Amino acid sequence: MTQEKLGPPTAPAVAEPPRAWTRSHLLDVDDFAPAELEVVMQTTDAMKEVLGRDVPRVPALRGKTIVTLFYEASTRTRASFELAGKALGADVINISAGGSSVEKGESLIDTVRTLQAVGADVLVMRHWAAGAPYLVARHLQAAVINAGDGAHAHPTQALLDLYTIRNHLGDVRGRRVVIVGDIEHSRVARSNIWSLLAMGAEVIVCGPPTLLPAGLRSQKASRPTVEENGREAMALPPVQVETNLERALEGAEVVMTLRLQKERMQGGLLPSLREYATLYQLNEERMSRAQTGALVMHPGPMNEGIEISPGLASSLQSVIEEQVTNGVAVRMAVLYLIARGTKQ
Amino acid sequence: MTTLAIRGGRVIDPAKSVDTIADLLIADGHIAEVGPYAGKDASETINASGLVVCPGFVDIHAHLREPGLEHKETIASGTRAAARGGFTTVCAMPNTEPPIDSAGMIEFVLRTAQTQGAVRVLPIACITRGRVGKELADLAELAQVGAVAFTDDGAPVADAHLMRSALEYAGMLGVPVIDHCEDAVLSAGGVMHEGWVSTRLGLRGNPAAAEETIVARDIALAEATGSHVHIAHVSTAGSVDIIRQAKSRAVRVTAEVTPHHLTLTHEAIIGAGEAPGGLAYDTNAKVNPPLRTQFDAEACAEGLRDGTIDCIATDHAPHAIQDKLCEFDTAAFGISGLETALGLALTALSLQEAVRALTIGPVRALGLDARIEGLGTLSAGAPGDVVLVEPEAEWTVEPETFASKGKNTPLAGRTLHGGVAATIYDGRIVFDGR
Repeated sequence: MTQEKLGPPTAPAVAEPPRAWTRSHLLDVDDFAPAELEVVMQTTDAMKEVLGRDVPRVPALRGKTIVTLFYEASTRTRASFELAGKALGADVINISAGGSSVEKGESLIDTVRTLQAVGADVLVMRHWAAGAPYLVARHLQAAVINAGDGAHAHPTQALLDLYTIRNHLGDVRGRRVVIVGDIEHSRVARSNIWSLLAMGAEVIVCGPPTLLPAGLRSQKASRPTVEENGREAMALPPVQVETNLERALEGAEVVMTLRLQKERMQGGLLPSLREYATLYQLNEERMSRAQTGALVMHPGPMNEGIEISPGLASSLQSVIEEQVTNGVAVRMAVLYLIARGTKQ
Repeated sequence: MTTLAIRGGRVIDPAKSVDTIADLLIADGHIAEVGPYAGKDASETINASGLVVCPGFVDIHAHLREPGLEHKETIASGTRAAARGGFTTVCAMPNTEPPIDSAGMIEFVLRTAQTQGAVRVLPIACITRGRVGKELADLAELAQVGAVAFTDDGAPVADAHLMRSALEYAGMLGVPVIDHCEDAVLSAGGVMHEGWVSTRLGLRGNPAAAEETIVARDIALAEATGSHVHIAHVSTAGSVDIIRQAKSRAVRVTAEVTPHHLTLTHEAIIGAGEAPGGLAYDTNAKVNPPLRTQFDAEACAEGLRDGTIDCIATDHAPHAIQDKLCEFDTAAFGISGLETALGLALTALSLQEAVRALTIGPVRALGLDARIEGLGTLSAGAPGDVVLVEPEAEWTVEPETFASKGKNTPLAGRTLHGGVAATIYDGRIVFDGR
């Protein structure tokens, strides 16, 4: 690929990373300051501009090697990281747990050390175990981007959701955002809560008690006390908890509904899909309680007819496809901000 | 005759409510005399002035891992860790590979301890054959060759009928049944305490109720059978309450608490905020039962003080590095606890309370004094097992210096107060840290 094809070298598409950015890993957005989220949003704007060009490529990360290491199935996250890396001129290698040495019983630490030894600058990883990217970040020189760890965090999803919301509503301060569904098992919900709260939104989580995290639903001794929890930033986020969807939706400006895993029935957490849909399906009628034109979001993949009605999913209120599109630009921004800091 | 005098120390012997400056003479592996001017002409003398002199500590719950798991610990290394921690008697848990469920296996442990051990090892045998919870092991034979208690520790006896049978049968033998109380269905997949930290970290929680329901069941069965049940590693405030009520009805129930459940909480898994992203996911704080809340820890300490909980037991659970250097979900449960037990005990308790909970407390809980006269005391004729404690000593936990093969502790780098100056077992100095 020649320099000409990559765009005029005299006019770099993206500026040097702003000073507000000092991170060498992206593990979650739980400790992000509003200024850092702004940096990601602004960088994403620049990346969207790149993606709008005839040849949507810039050489910003040429010479960098990005490895995506996925221990869980994924379509959109993995594809968008790969596209994002290639659009920035990086070499992208995809490794899945199936078909790699992981299947031969290699430990996570040994696997990532091997990837580092072959020259990975950035490791984008998805893992079924919460905290796995934190373990890797502790033992590796390479930068780590969390593409989803168990039920814990999915920071790039939260960033692309924030970006999508801001595209439509501008400032999110004071806006009522409702997250509906299986909060307990959702890394998407956990990360979104942090970034939305940081930007001043009001966040309501809604679902049946069996799908709400123990730490949120129990007001008993499991809540942190001031004495127990000296580190405020480490405490639970101040979200409102609501089991009644109609009440939750009153005045909402953004409604995110989450994928319902069908295994939850076997786990004894729900009576039936039918009953779940009766109580918690997001549909046109229920949305009438929200503000006119409220955004409907879903991180995918969807079970249409269960957590969301097909009509609503494809309605004008729905920004679900836009979330996917913005996913590439946000991941370009994240890769750029993180990878620029890695060693040549 | 070899004689060892320990002179000028502060002698604490909770069994006799002794707390005084005195001299102590050990002759032929037994306590000969305690009092002023004891042992003036001993062949060897230790100047213990400034030190606390108390009976050697007794741990009724330690995983020595041999046979089968020698990469984690051996009887040789585990008993050296015990000596370093001030323990002169350790009860070895039977969840080895294969499990200790036959007379031959008990004899193996006793023989290995005799030839390679640094301190006394008392074996505990499985309740069920193969430790799979299906049928009773040969309990009478196991008791005859030296099993001091029965347990399937690591797992509960899920089948209530089998638990009842075990209590009835062991009751005939006069041997206590120790249960690891956990409803494994309720706790399925749980890797830490269910609470705000598990929510924060996205980890599956093990609720307090999973322990409390089985504690209540076991107490009901002990009450129905009149047999002695011992509750291993109590970790919740609710369990303490249930046991307290049972004791007030004179149910034959005893209980232990670990040093870590007295002093640490589920927040240890987050760490001090220094890890990348501020969350350590510290697998060294992964233990079963899980570290719970401050409220629970304080309830356990209160339970020890008021006699609801009989003693401290370490639940020493050593693991190899690779067992912990992995995803939190896949990491092994357990803390290497023998060498930090005293320091943690003194964090939560007064010196007198700690010594009681580490000596006569565990001996009486399992009735070990019926087997070894005077164990856990400094009475004349008792075993010559003594520990010299430096209660004010400040030291930093450095797992790499542990005698145990298991370096797995969430306390690395932490400063503890209260050190072991020397450990004397059978009249011989087996650890000297002076």
